[in-house]
Amino acid sequence: MSILINLSGIILAGLIVWWFWLSKPDKRKRPDVTGETTVIVENGVYQPGVIHARAGQPLTLHFDRRDPSPCAEQVIFHGLEASEFLDNGKVTTVTLSNPPRGEYRFTCQMQMYQGRLIVD
Amino acid sequence: MTQHTLSISGATCQSCARKITDALNALSGVNGVQVDLDNQLVLVSAEPDTPIDQLRDTIVEAGYGPKDPHSEMLAQAASSAAAHPVTDITLNITGATCAGCVRTIEEALRNTPGTEQAEMNFADRTARVRTSSAASDLIQAVQDAGYGASEARPEDDGSEREAREQAHYKQLLTHMWLGLGLGVPLMAWGLLGGDMMVRPGETSQWVWLGIGLATLAVLATAGRHFFIGAWKAFNNHNANMDTLIALGTGAAWLYSMVVVLMPSVLPEAARHVYFEASAMIIGLINLGQALEVRARGKTSAAVKRLLDLGARTARVIRDDKEMDVPVEQVRTGERLRVRPGEKIAVDGEVQEGQSRIDESMLTGEPMPVEKSVGDRVSAGTLNEGGTLIYTATAVGRDTALAQIVAMVKKAQGSKPPIGRLADQVSAVFVPTIMIIAVAAALAWFNFGPEPRLTHMLISATTVLIIACPCALGLATPMSVMVGVGKAAEHGILIRQGDALQTSSKLDTIVLDKTGTITEGKPAVTAILCAEGEEENGLLQLAASLESGSEHPLAMAILREAEQRALPLSDASQFQALNGKGVTAFINGQRYRLGNRRWLESEGVTVSLSSDSLTQKGATPLFLADENKLLGIIGVADRIKHDSREAIARLRDAGLTVIMITGDIQASANAIAAEAGVDQVMAEVLPEDKAEKVNALQQEGRTVAMVGDGINDAPALAQADVGFAIGTGTDVAIESASITLMGGSLHGVADAMAISSATVRNIKQNLFGAFIYNSLGVPVAAGVLYPLTGSLLSPVIAGAAMSLSSVTVVTNANRLRLFKPARRKA
Repeated sequence: MSILINLSGIILAGLIVWWFWLSKPDKRKRPDVTGETTVIVENGVYQPGVIHARAGQPLTLHFDRRDPSPCAEQVIFHGLEASEFLDNGKVTTVTLSNPPRGEYRFTCQMQMYQGRLIVD
Repeated sequence: MTQHTLSISGATCQSCARKITDALNALSGVNGVQVDLDNQLVLVSAEPDTPIDQLRDTIVEAGYGPKDPHSEMLAQAASSAAAHPVTDITLNITGATCAGCVRTIEEALRNTPGTEQAEMNFADRTARVRTSSAASDLIQAVQDAGYGASEARPEDDGSEREAREQAHYKQLLTHMWLGLGLGVPLMAWGLLGGDMMVRPGETSQWVWLGIGLATLAVLATAGRHFFIGAWKAFNNHNANMDTLIALGTGAAWLYSMVVVLMPSVLPEAARHVYFEASAMIIGLINLGQALEVRARGKTSAAVKRLLDLGARTARVIRDDKEMDVPVEQVRTGERLRVRPGEKIAVDGEVQEGQSRIDESMLTGEPMPVEKSVGDRVSAGTLNEGGTLIYTATAVGRDTALAQIVAMVKKAQGSKPPIGRLADQVSAVFVPTIMIIAVAAALAWFNFGPEPRLTHMLISATTVLIIACPCALGLATPMSVMVGVGKAAEHGILIRQGDALQTSSKLDTIVLDKTGTITEGKPAVTAILCAEGEEENGLLQLAASLESGSEHPLAMAILREAEQRALPLSDASQFQALNGKGVTAFINGQRYRLGNRRWLESEGVTVSLSSDSLTQKGATPLFLADENKLLGIIGVADRIKHDSREAIARLRDAGLTVIMITGDIQASANAIAAEAGVDQVMAEVLPEDKAEKVNALQQEGRTVAMVGDGINDAPALAQADVGFAIGTGTDVAIESASITLMGGSLHGVADAMAISSATVRNIKQNLFGAFIYNSLGVPVAAGVLYPLTGSLLSPVIAGAAMSLSSVTVVTNANRLRLFKPARRKA
């Protein structure tokens, strides 16, 4: 019994590491790169959480904030020097004129809402 | 590339989505597939020649064909909506005189493609439209119906935003009462000695079952958003605050339900229920969020105030008729009138009239500024004096006010390096806490005393609940937001968070002379008269001579003559001799105004000494007739009235203040002595300024550069912090990390004071958040058990957690009260 519980605990910790750090959302599911996407901000997450864009092309993101939680009020693109305040119940457009190649995180101020922007 | 949105049915899980995606991806020409399970839609990007029927057939073959062909139309409508997201547009309607018009207008709007909803409010003549089409299409539709329409400003809905925030606040309070309503009596029962253990077969077991179900109801209502948030984040391989709360409260409830339903599987000492913890935690965290909503409303007050500065309407002069129109309808080049007490609607240039304008909201300088023909006026500033007519030079997003708002918003989202550690910690925080919770539970299981199961549960739950990623994540951005906003209120625009931190640790400041320490505009400072001459006569002659010249020194003389209301005489045969001076005939007599060497070479005896002028840094201009000297006019670029005091403030703050100029050493020294700087760098060519800054940096100094002109741009960029001052050129503003809207050097001292206060505030917040988490988590895990003999209650953890982020926000709000101190004389 004791071994079983210890083993379950270790497996649980391993699963946490694997799920949150090692495995990432399915990369094969590549949504189309249109240069324009609507991101829904609701229930503590951005949907879609992964956005693909082409380097050298402008990217327009329409953030549709449906979440009154104060954390959702700002979206920050780390490494791109861009951020915007999102009005609750409204669509706010963020335009990144020429994002350089790379992978960037976009989050709320507290980094509880997390998304990734992949520019390739 | 074409986008198709197709309807599906029966797709309930990710595996269905994968089947649909695989089937469609197998078709040639399909480049991307997205399945929306919630709305039973699939978004396909395909080459234009891909037949849509083939896509539909593939979906049907995969077993997910639409039930109702009509839904395909809806899907297409949704598709066009997705291309242009649905937004709420508010229109101001004109020409609607009766209730009957309302129906006509509403119908016209509803018939516009993409419109979901259109309602007109006859009382305030506005129409609200929920649509995916552009505002211009709606306006056209209303105009076609015979009425006028314009788009209302999005900022107009400040009250609506407040109403939404208020509704959210009330909802959080309701949730708090639900949680505490159940949790407090239960906890009181436990504290007053009531039995919290389940005894199989007794009535109490049924009572506990009822309480368990009531707790479930609380979790499903008041705690619903935590659970949904946690689940959604989990699906995205993310973990957030919701994850911790959902896990903590969920674990406590689940354990308690096992105790109630199957007490016999647990040892007798472990048959304790923790329903009160679940309910209390949900209540307390909702309370914490409600308090945070309240406190946060104030942090963005600065931007809201800036937004509110904009005028709603403008008085435009069209075809010689004046009319009030919404400010959005003003086009560049149009003429506008502003009356006393009104706000300037758009940026422009004065065409007629004279007035005083209060620009303090933009520049932070309290004194109103005189404006007359040719002067520029800025949107949002207040006309205090007479009526002005001005031409619009920039409207909408291009106005200085709009750009300031955009710049402040952007800077508020950036972070100084000090916050990066917290960022790195935040990114891995929640999963780490989950692992610590598991480790704590295992430690209690292996090494703890009985009842081990209870201890496992309490320690794990308390660790999950007490950990507060929010305080850590909020520590920096909240202070930056308030600090940058505070700076904006003082006419200081901070472009990047980095500048905040660097400004707080500067040790050397290099001030450009012209336009920074001085007015940047030469003026007559003294007139020395030869025997038998008098000041006004000399000035009148000199001004008449220079009336055809546009040289800065000439302008100074002309301005002085104008101020003294001296009439000018006609000058003929005007000649400007480069590097020497000017000559012209007035009333048949030849006069000359220029430098000493030239006049002496022309045979004029210079009988007066100009030393008293040059010692004060003024340029002497010698006035002579055909053969004798009449007098000397001293022209100098005067130092701004508050430069000396501001420089003293900088020195008080421990900075070495250096003046940099292209002037010759002697006149530079004169200005430097007057301004009170520590060092002078004279005779520096404009292109060498950046090098001088670099040399100071090489000495290990942290250097700020303050300048206003194009030739300062490289030095501004080279400095650790560049300040563009006053009405600096765009190039200077672009190269600077901080822009001072006002012309006063006090702005530099204020900016540094605000930066230091902000960085101090960030440090307090970060320290608090790190200490809180690094002490709270071990205590929750039970490290104090050997000393105290008890574990921290999850309820206390919930209270601590809910207060921690409020504390951060409140501390950041303290910055709003910060006032940069002026120097006591």
